Amino acid sequence: MTQALLAIEDLEVRFGTEDGEVAPVTGVDLRVAPGETVALVGESGSGKSVSSLAVMGLLPRPAGRVAKGRILYRTKAGETIDLAAAPPDRVRRLRGAEIAMIFQEPMTSLNPVLTAGEQIAESVRLHLRLDRRAALRRAQEMLDLVEIPAAAKRLHDYPHQMSGGMRQRVMIALAMACHPRLLIADEPTTALDVTIQAQILALIDRLRRETGMGVLFITHNLGVVAEVADRVAVMYAGRIVETGPVGDLFRHPRHPYTAGLLDSLPARATRGPDGRRHVRAIPGSLGRAAAIRDACAFSPRCERVREECRTTPPPLEAITPGRAARCLFWREM
Amino acid sequence: MSAERLGPASGDPILAVEGLTKRFGRPPAEVRAVEQVSFTVAPGEVVGLVGESGSGKSTIGRLCLRLVDPTGGTIRFEGEDVSGLPERRLKPLRRRAQMIFQDPYASLNPRLRVSGILGEALDAHGLARGRRRERMAELLDLVGLAPEHLDRFPHEFSGGQRQRIGIARALAVEPGLIVADEPVSALDVSVQAQVLNLLQDLRARLNLAMLFISHDLDVVELLCDRVVVLYLGRVMEIGPTAEVVARPRHPYTRALLAASPKADPDAPRIARLLTGDIPSPIAPPSGCVFRTRCPLAVESCAHAVPPMREAGDGHRFACLRDASEMREAA
Amino acid sequence: MTGAATSPMNAPALLFLRRLFRRKLVLVAALVLLAIVVVALAAPWVSPFDPGAMRVVRRLRPPSPEHWLGTDELGRDVFSRVVYGARASLGIGFSVVLASCLVGTVFGILAGYERRLDGPIMRVVDALMALPDILLAIFLVAVLGASAGNVVLALAIVYTPRVVRVVRASTLVVRELPFVEAARALGVGTPRILAVHILLNVASPILIQATFIFAYAVLAEAGLSFLGAGVPPEIPTWGTMIASGQQYADRAFWTVLYPGLAIVLSALSLQILGDGLRDMLDPKLRKAV
Repeated sequence: MTQALLAIEDLEVRFGTEDGEVAPVTGVDLRVAPGETVALVGESGSGKSVSSLAVMGLLPRPAGRVAKGRILYRTKAGETIDLAAAPPDRVRRLRGAEIAMIFQEPMTSLNPVLTAGEQIAESVRLHLRLDRRAALRRAQEMLDLVEIPAAAKRLHDYPHQMSGGMRQRVMIALAMACHPRLLIADEPTTALDVTIQAQILALIDRLRRETGMGVLFITHNLGVVAEVADRVAVMYAGRIVETGPVGDLFRHPRHPYTAGLLDSLPARATRGPDGRRHVRAIPGSLGRAAAIRDACAFSPRCERVREECRTTPPPLEAITPGRAARCLFWREM
Repeated sequence: MSAERLGPASGDPILAVEGLTKRFGRPPAEVRAVEQVSFTVAPGEVVGLVGESGSGKSTIGRLCLRLVDPTGGTIRFEGEDVSGLPERRLKPLRRRAQMIFQDPYASLNPRLRVSGILGEALDAHGLARGRRRERMAELLDLVGLAPEHLDRFPHEFSGGQRQRIGIARALAVEPGLIVADEPVSALDVSVQAQVLNLLQDLRARLNLAMLFISHDLDVVELLCDRVVVLYLGRVMEIGPTAEVVARPRHPYTRALLAASPKADPDAPRIARLLTGDIPSPIAPPSGCVFRTRCPLAVESCAHAVPPMREAGDGHRFACLRDASEMREAA
Repeated sequence: MTGAATSPMNAPALLFLRRLFRRKLVLVAALVLLAIVVVALAAPWVSPFDPGAMRVVRRLRPPSPEHWLGTDELGRDVFSRVVYGARASLGIGFSVVLASCLVGTVFGILAGYERRLDGPIMRVVDALMALPDILLAIFLVAVLGASAGNVVLALAIVYTPRVVRVVRASTLVVRELPFVEAARALGVGTPRILAVHILLNVASPILIQATFIFAYAVLAEAGLSFLGAGVPPEIPTWGTMIASGQQYADRAFWTVLYPGLAIVLSALSLQILGDGLRDMLDPKLRKAV
């Protein structure tokens, strides 16, 4: 196994709320190797976004904090740093230089009063210590890299003058400008139309192949996962319930939630006795499952639930190297 | 006309839209949201409106319910042209055609209890007098909720449950047609499946016709008998869903099908057939609006809006060329 | 991103009370205000003297066990006058709030919902808002004549445009929400849409605006009275007390200090309460806590 670029170990995030402390993420283990795309997939409230914010050191303060665990990142220089414990200053320098991020809504992540070129140039000057002219030249190269037509002209456009897809490209250009080794992409195509989504996914994938960066791809869309991921981690109620290589996980899910999620897809609908197509839905909703501590958090919705599931919190059990499921009865899946 | 024909005959469409056009604003910033759109919906039939942003699909839904006033064209509902009627004469339409919405949060008034939300629908048409609560309980039962939910406020429900309340509200007036504007796209996959099954059940039980607006082809394929593919306010292709999905004739339909991600690790990865962005509806391309992104475009595409061509069985497409030629091109 | 931070389901009122108790300052402000209102209502029983009783021999006495807050230039008991002054000042404030919120809400909703009315209404509002508040009030009182009723009328005219603006802005947002569209699709009449769907959902900004207007009105009434363009001096209000006491302020500071403190205390608690209400009713700000 290659040395991991990012290794999250037993991560627990806690949030202070008006109703006391809650832990939207507990016991998360995840590794991303160089050149690999790992998809963190889950529905809303699964804790996938909170996990990614923790990695980036962007948990909303003072409410959120990493309560337990380590987020180990291996730097270009070969040191291993715990992002959860390192001085905020250090983490900030890594972010943007070695760790880059893209988000769902590029409009809010781009500065509305700076042109595309200025934003990229600013970041490049900050992290790569280039002068103004060199930085602008680099900005144009970056826009070319992300396949923006007429890049020299687009350099002078403001975010509001661009379409959603174009803004996401600028965002990616901004992220790529400092040669990141790890890209964290949080729902980067969710706000885009499908034909534009396809372009952006292809672009991220091309950049990964060309630069060898690792990609942590956070999404709720299983179709997108199947298209981009090498490995997948499925989250439910703040915990990882299943991990594995994309093909094996999609073909032979070992956790009832993963199986249920795949069966919920309209494309997997089956024709019922009334001649109409129906989906196999997971009954119920997430509710307050993250608060369930002494049982399987999925047990209230699970079709295969047994007595043991309601009394024993299942561990994330290794099935084969790189494959694990948090279900007492994964063998029967 | 024969003497026994009093109401619309069973074969007649519940909704027939002809040359529907909607423009917002004034030149030079006039937005051509919907241009010359024609289609029909038969009683009990589910017709999908599919397209990306700027396709005009949501506007068409609102035009059909007269929530937005058309710039041109006719809208026949149960045989009557409602496109020019003033609001006070729309009572029959308001009773027979309803809408369900995308956003489960913003579509319910947060200050009203469920009983207030459903009661308003009944009262608007003087329905279920004397047995309002019974009727409301029936409606909740129909969408899989319980009578005790009547006294709760919307914020006490999950997204999926709220969507069910919105559906119950639409069903309260016993409509013949429902315009469903992306009703499952704001929901999580597992909840989306529950709501899709509910819609599938309801259409069968109540013989509902639906105009189902969506950007998700998988959902459309599941639910719709026929599909209308839209691009920049114009119809690109129309036909039976299975036929359009299996044998798309318009290059845009083909590209849309190829671009939608498949949750199948064995499927070929990231098919990308289209380059460039969707043009602005303020200045749509001349001729065929799709030609700027079309891999098959030729010079003549710029000169005239392509006429609808027949592909048999009600399958029609607006293209000078044919997507079956696209396999070689791609 | 909300994680599993789902709170137990509570009645909205209960939740509101719990939030109120989380914010100590707001709670204190609310209690102070409550105390002032109670004292104002119970003025005849609370005040030891008749607020109008003059005893010239005892004029400008400093605070003493008999006259807790001293006496004014005509020998009237300052404490009794501050207590009675609360009635007039708060009464004027409340009347101004009621009048400006009622009128402002009606015009605000009409301007926000009916495109045809938006232009004319907002033009009047902008014209009124172009003038400084206190100048406009002085002008109106000068035209109408100095009386408590006219002060209320003048201040209501001054503050109504603020309400119109706030209500119009909220209406513009709410009218585009799908539940309004759903009501239209059901054939619900415009009056009911305005009353049930719009009004109920713009109520909290109006409530917040009301607390601010109350504070402004109490201050403005004092200012008007101080300038002699307000309530006739026989009626004790905090403003008239300061106005008449100011010439003796160097010798008898208590004649202006205590009514001044009363103004500051009530205006400050109202502002804090208004801020607190805004935070508590705004779900976005609520999350940040």
